[in-house]
Amino acid sequence: MTLAAFTGQLLAFIARLITGAQGHWKGCPPMAEQRIYIANHQSHFDLVLIWAAFPHELRAQTRAIAARDYWTKSAFRRWLTTEVFNAIYVSRTRANPDEDPLEPLVEALANGDSLVIFPEGTRSNKGNPMPFKSGIFHLAEQFPHVQLIPTWIDNVQRVMPKGEVVPVPILCTVTFGEPLQLRPGENKADFLCRAREAVMEQRPDPYWVGREEGGD
Amino acid sequence: MRWLKQLTSSEQVALLFVVLFGFLMLLTVGLFLNSLRERPNEDERLKSQLAWERVRRDLRAAWIGGCMFWVAWISGPLGATLLFALFSFLALREFITLVHTERSDHRTLIVAFFVLLPVQYMICGTRFFDLFTVFLPVYGFLVLPIVSALAGDPRRFLERNAKIQWGVMVCVYGLSHAPALLLLDIPGNIGRGAFLLFFLVMVVAASQIAQEIATRTLRRRPVARQISRSFSMRAWWIGTCTGALAGLLLYWITPFKAGQALAMAFLTAAAAGFGGLVMKALKKDAGVLYWGNRSSITGAVGLLDRIAVLCFAAPVLFHSARWYYR
Repeated sequence: MTLAAFTGQLLAFIARLITGAQGHWKGCPPMAEQRIYIANHQSHFDLVLIWAAFPHELRAQTRAIAARDYWTKSAFRRWLTTEVFNAIYVSRTRANPDEDPLEPLVEALANGDSLVIFPEGTRSNKGNPMPFKSGIFHLAEQFPHVQLIPTWIDNVQRVMPKGEVVPVPILCTVTFGEPLQLRPGENKADFLCRAREAVMEQRPDPYWVGREEGGD
Repeated sequence: MRWLKQLTSSEQVALLFVVLFGFLMLLTVGLFLNSLRERPNEDERLKSQLAWERVRRDLRAAWIGGCMFWVAWISGPLGATLLFALFSFLALREFITLVHTERSDHRTLIVAFFVLLPVQYMICGTRFFDLFTVFLPVYGFLVLPIVSALAGDPRRFLERNAKIQWGVMVCVYGLSHAPALLLLDIPGNIGRGAFLLFFLVMVVAASQIAQEIATRTLRRRPVARQISRSFSMRAWWIGTCTGALAGLLLYWITPFKAGQALAMAFLTAAAAGFGGLVMKALKKDAGVLYWGNRSSITGAVGLLDRIAVLCFAAPVLFHSARWYYR
């Protein structure tokens, strides 16, 4: 086992110990099809969590997106994202106007990899996700056969709020919903809105609602 | 009986496990064969299938409990302490998930999980029992609100701290007394701590089972309807007395005399019975029926559901045994 594979296993183990990292496959089974998972983003822990929630077989071919400016800052961050997570770098700012920031993603999809995308672009710590950026629309347009899976990561903001370094052990769930598809003729704004709603729909009901009665 | 007394204490412990696992094995085989019996009637078949499902779950819990007990014993002080520390960690994780903590509780929670919990078990493993009994109620009690105050958020300060302290007391302090019993050396009982833990588990199990059966068959008026529709004082008395009786029957494996064993088992079973009610009240407050991950789709276990009564009973037995033999 290489050091990177070992680190991956170790991180998945730690994520499970701290959060349980439960994957709830409500709308689709965990299969090795080509997919784009679109998820809400509340913490740096999100990536590890969603990765740990995948069955081991899916991890190798499911690649996350990492912001180039943040994740290439130090040698360790670079090693973690390339060797362990096999992530794809995306620039948040364009160096020149001709550069297409989606190009690395298109390349990965053309290779047959699955992607994990946080379409909000940055971490939000308010209750609802911020409006989605348009990248997923262009990808859905170019790769109509790839399933878009709306995904909700719950409770993770309590594990590691923005600005904290040490995670607190609290159970988290990752819920995978029914696949989305771009409808014929659907425009960008509608699709992004629909995708955001589909992601929010996967949020589990607050457990203190509707269970007051019954049982003992 | 004389033959039993001649064995060394480690041989006696080995015999205890042989008897325990032999009994479990016989029970499992018997129930399994019973489930295979031909049932001509469709209705009856369904009923027996349902009963088998329920029994199988209880059986599995008993097997897991038995194996844990054995692992705790063979791994010695270090292993037992680590094992129970892990259980404390998982139980506290469940507890904290379900009570609402705020962002400003972050540092306090880190102290609870990564400082207080390991230190408590370290003290337990090194047998500093004088410090062990006061570390969380005294020092932990002071440290948690200090860390919380330093975070600088006055909103619902008392409530937030009370929740965390309560969780630490039940999941860490209470449960840490189980390995402490294993490690407790009282005169006449050196190297036989496994019997004390076994005594605790058997007394608690007997009282809980008796209480459960009593609530099912008696259907008495519940004392606290809002909290539990099944808990009645009579069922509690039946459970507690059964636990005391089980303790009396097991007195020969403990260093106690028959009367002492009866009294201690009574106290332990009483604490377990009421502890179950208290945990139910807490669950009602949090709005859940079971502890553990709130969706049961992937079969998450409610660990706290299973060990909560032990968390209440273990400190009582530990204290009464230790106080008596001081």
